[in-house]
Amino acid sequence: MLAIEIQGLSKDYAVGFWKKRLRPALRPLNLSVKSGETFGFLGPNGAGKTTTLKLLMGIIFPTAGSATILGKDFHDPEVKRRIGFLPEQPYFYDYLSAPELLDYYARLSGMPPTGRSQRVTQLLERVGLGDVGSKHLRKFSKGMLQRVGIAQAIIHDPEVLFFDEPMSGLDPLGRHEIRELLQSLKDDGKTVFFSTHILSDAEALCDRVAVIHKGELRGIGVVNDLRAGIAEKAEVIWEGAHALSGVAGSLAESHVTGETVRGVVRSQDIDLLLEKLRQQRARLISVTPLQGTLEEYFLSKTADQEAKA
Amino acid sequence: MTSRLAAIALNTFREAVRDRVLYNLILFVLLLVASAPLFSQISIGMERMILVNVALSSISLFGVIIAIFIGIGLVSKEIEKKTLYTILSRPVRRWEFIVGKYLGLMVTLVVNALLMTAGFYLALLITAHGLKKTDALLLVAVYFTILQFLMVTAITLLFSSFSTPIFSAIFAFALFVIGTFAEDLRTFATMSHGATKWVVSAVAYIVPNFASLNVIAQVGYGQPVGGRMIVLNTLYALFYSAAVAAAAVMVFERRNLK
Repeated sequence: MLAIEIQGLSKDYAVGFWKKRLRPALRPLNLSVKSGETFGFLGPNGAGKTTTLKLLMGIIFPTAGSATILGKDFHDPEVKRRIGFLPEQPYFYDYLSAPELLDYYARLSGMPPTGRSQRVTQLLERVGLGDVGSKHLRKFSKGMLQRVGIAQAIIHDPEVLFFDEPMSGLDPLGRHEIRELLQSLKDDGKTVFFSTHILSDAEALCDRVAVIHKGELRGIGVVNDLRAGIAEKAEVIWEGAHALSGVAGSLAESHVTGETVRGVVRSQDIDLLLEKLRQQRARLISVTPLQGTLEEYFLSKTADQEAKA
Repeated sequence: MTSRLAAIALNTFREAVRDRVLYNLILFVLLLVASAPLFSQISIGMERMILVNVALSSISLFGVIIAIFIGIGLVSKEIEKKTLYTILSRPVRRWEFIVGKYLGLMVTLVVNALLMTAGFYLALLITAHGLKKTDALLLVAVYFTILQFLMVTAITLLFSSFSTPIFSAIFAFALFVIGTFAEDLRTFATMSHGATKWVVSAVAYIVPNFASLNVIAQVGYGQPVGGRMIVLNTLYALFYSAAVAAAAVMVFERRNLK
């Protein structure tokens, strides 16, 4: 079952004072996310990630297109009962304590009074804020605020979660904690849609990712498939530096240490290279297919625009 | 719906209290205390008059200032700090947010006005060594002041739904001043001719009529306020505020919250 289905969703902003021009913030986007999936929405700053999330949350209105969440139109109030949202670098009412804030959001989400305070206490424990008491949020660190942010997004036990840059601005420890939290939500079977420009987070958590750049979807797929697509190279190590001159043409890069040569070769040239090395009587040590990284995929998808231009 | 409105209103009230808005009460008490030496300088009959005028005018002015200065931030602050994002992503309709905020600020203003009124009656008791039957009339003036807050808050909310806080404050305050002279505008309209008459009449009836809500001098002299006036003023304030608040909701419903 599809948790999120976006069909041709786009957003243009009118810019200019007298002579209005339309600047596309999001070009028609088609995307679907399966139920229970953790989906990474990747892109550099200003790519259109936040615009997409704001559209889905009803904070801004689309120029064209539509979307369904859990099979219903995304503006349906019933849908909003079943989703949770964490904005980028959230700020909360700093005159409230964490339990007061969560209770407020629980009420807005339509949770009945019975069991509400118990749920707030449980959730604060879960996000590691069990001991904050009645301290006001203005005294919270950034990492603590982010954890409160996640708590407010899941207070009403939603099925689909939208997080905008949940790890941005956090120190390595804070990032690790949030990553653990996301992993536990994934383990609970929640559908998680999160935007990020930190690729290691996406690589560690996501089942599938999409890359967006300049308001346009550039690629989408399962993380391993995307990496494999970019990994069309292998590392070949042999002994016998004399052989290098004969095979240099088929190598993408090479590095010599004494008699040992480390060369990187495109997958389709491996057979040819091995044949030549045998002819030159070089001693083969290893052949290792190179695992591409999500970063390489990301860069290849976000760089081509500039290359075309 | 009621639960969501109540939650938003309570949060707005809580913000005002925790941001120490009610500290203006201290200023109000200081003002009453500071004006006390003045009373001893003047004749006994005037003493009460001055106290009534100073206190009731302060209740009105303090309230209007709070209504405008909190009102301009009601919506814009939530957009600027992105707290609105976490609200609109829940089953909260945009009109519920606006109405909840409006109610929350009104609760703040009413609580503030009632505390001031209590202080005022205490001052009256001390200076006049007892209360008279006609002192109950002063409550009508306080009630009209609250009706005034209802209108000022709605107007501020309307401006803040599409303008920046600074401009909203300027517009709302300008309209408050013009509204205070609404009766003069209406008189001027009856005296004018031709196109001027039409324009002035239109303006005179569109701007809020705060003049009719000001009965401070009347009750100060112990003159009663007619029941008909109370009913008409109540209906006028309710309809005017509802219309302006509805306009604010209409603007906000269509707004892209960048």
